[in-house]
Amino acid sequence: MSDADTDTGADGIDQTVRQTAAELATGDRTDTILQTEELVKQFGGFTATDSVDFSVAEGELRCLIGPNGAGKSTLLKLITGAHAPTSGSVYYDGHDITDLESHERVQRGISMKFQVPSVYGDLSVRENARLPIQQFVDGAERRRRVDEAIADAGLEGYEDVEASSLSHGQQQQLEIGMAASLEPDLLLLDEPVAGLSVEERTEIAERIQTLNDEEGIAFVVIEHDTDFVGEIADEVTVLHQGKIFREGPIEEIEADPEVQRIYLGGEQ
Amino acid sequence: MGTTADSVRDRFGFLAGIRDRFEGPNTIGNSRPFWIGFAAVLAVLAVYPFLPFIGTGSQLSLFLVLAVLGLSLSLVWGYSGVLSFGQVVFFGFGAYTFGVVSINFPDATGITGAVVAGVLAGGLGAALMGYFMFYGGVRDVYVTIITLVSTMVMLTFMSQTAGSAWTIGEAALGGFNGMPDIPLLTLGIEGVFTFQFVFNEMQVWLPLFGWNEIDPFYYLSLVAVVGTYFGLRALVNSDFGRVMVAVREDEDRTRMFGYDVKRAKLLVFTLGGALAGLAGVLYAARNVYIDPTVFELWFATLPVVWVSVGGRKSLLGAVIATVSIEYFRLSIGGDWALVVLGALLLVVIVALPGGLVPWVDRQVRRLDVFGESGEAPDPGDAPDAAAEVSDS
Repeated sequence: MSDADTDTGADGIDQTVRQTAAELATGDRTDTILQTEELVKQFGGFTATDSVDFSVAEGELRCLIGPNGAGKSTLLKLITGAHAPTSGSVYYDGHDITDLESHERVQRGISMKFQVPSVYGDLSVRENARLPIQQFVDGAERRRRVDEAIADAGLEGYEDVEASSLSHGQQQQLEIGMAASLEPDLLLLDEPVAGLSVEERTEIAERIQTLNDEEGIAFVVIEHDTDFVGEIADEVTVLHQGKIFREGPIEEIEADPEVQRIYLGGEQ
Repeated sequence: MGTTADSVRDRFGFLAGIRDRFEGPNTIGNSRPFWIGFAAVLAVLAVYPFLPFIGTGSQLSLFLVLAVLGLSLSLVWGYSGVLSFGQVVFFGFGAYTFGVVSINFPDATGITGAVVAGVLAGGLGAALMGYFMFYGGVRDVYVTIITLVSTMVMLTFMSQTAGSAWTIGEAALGGFNGMPDIPLLTLGIEGVFTFQFVFNEMQVWLPLFGWNEIDPFYYLSLVAVVGTYFGLRALVNSDFGRVMVAVREDEDRTRMFGYDVKRAKLLVFTLGGALAGLAGVLYAARNVYIDPTVFELWFATLPVVWVSVGGRKSLLGAVIATVSIEYFRLSIGGDWALVVLGALLLVVIVALPGGLVPWVDRQVRRLDVFGESGEAPDPGDAPDAAAEVSDS
């Protein structure tokens, strides 16, 4: 294990999951599943992410917070390949995946749920659930896994209902279930509880924690609701103006006056 | 001990297995009454040339050939979301390739090869264009624009191919005048088995109808459209069909489920091109002639009108609308027919954006015309019944 694995940085950031690109490229890695290296994304003259070094450990549940325009969604899209970086690299499971297409990254174990529920509205719940699963299994096993995914999403009895007629929360559950049925090692969720009721929010939180605890899926969750973040997160990363501003446990982040000033509204 | 119904079900279980392949949420008509009606229509079409007031079915054969072209657009646009105005380009590729090869090799083996070459030309043309579009990041309306422009390019190009400089072997492309020397369609292997599709040469006897001269090409076109319809039904209800629909609904989402969207679109576009090529081959074979009018804007628009009016997400809609509209268009004739078609398109887009056939299908299900054993209800209305047509 390199020194970088045990260091604590001057800015107080826990460095235990930090690894160098060289270590990742040679496969000499510990438990880091995802790492970005000096990731830059510019849209014209606007820099959405600015030299972001972001990492996630296996099985970790990390939340990504920050004010609007901080670069959170852009960072997720750079990780999934929906956006190509202006410069910098993305390493996943010890391999440089910067040049891979989105579907190739998914095949390697990265999955994502978009901010706006994007289930296939014209298709039934069963058809939706079947789409990711059909790549892996057939016949009775496929039927079993589809039924299981629907049950896990709490949608038993809705199998043949068009997905567009589900409630917002049910669509979120279905989409998380579809993303999870790919059996990813890393699941990226962009504001999974935005616009949900308290009950629905609790259900989503339990779902995320179950998937994290029982299936060992690592999560990166973008969320504005700090109460929700406190419920689920191991670690929190604060993005501000395209850069990583702070990283640490939610208690430390919430107590940080600078974070309060830029994001939580403690100081103006 | 099983009931009689169980016994019948067991005995005909294989039929249910066959039906499963052609049924699913992506097609209209997943019930026994539908298939009974389908068989009845097919039976009528089979004896259609024998009906005393019809003649030989020659005109209907043209509509059936064009229905294959309509099906190709339904596949590409209706099921995969790629609005292509260029189906007539691949149609023309198929027709011209068939013409060139068959003129140079006018025996049965050569003409059979020309059929294959025409289908391949349509498919390869689509594969080439699709590769540059989809892997070049061209999406949505820009695909429509590029395919539309391609028809104009082909029209301009083929119209100037008059003269000896534009001769391939024995085949002169003929510029605006086209290729008039395409031989009669003959399938088989020369010296072993051949069959020539000669108009009015076959005498066939049928009970009730007696002896009649028929046009064998009519039956070939009927087989082509029914075969294409069944093939596409199986495709759109398969795993790949589900991916096609997913691509149509949301490309980014589908990519994030691990699917190579570009590849899927290229495959569908290529298949659509091959089907358009097949239609082109049959069109040229039926008319023993082809000219650049197949690349003209009004002709390029027709498949879009057929599929829009019939219902772009419905294979059945594409077939019914193509046959009906072409019957109507040729009955009226002239420019007025196109004016009426334009008006019809506007009305359908405004009033029934999903198309006529899906609308009729919804009304039939809403009224429960066929009772409990009838058409599977809309999934949103009755999940349990719809489950019967789903194949996990």
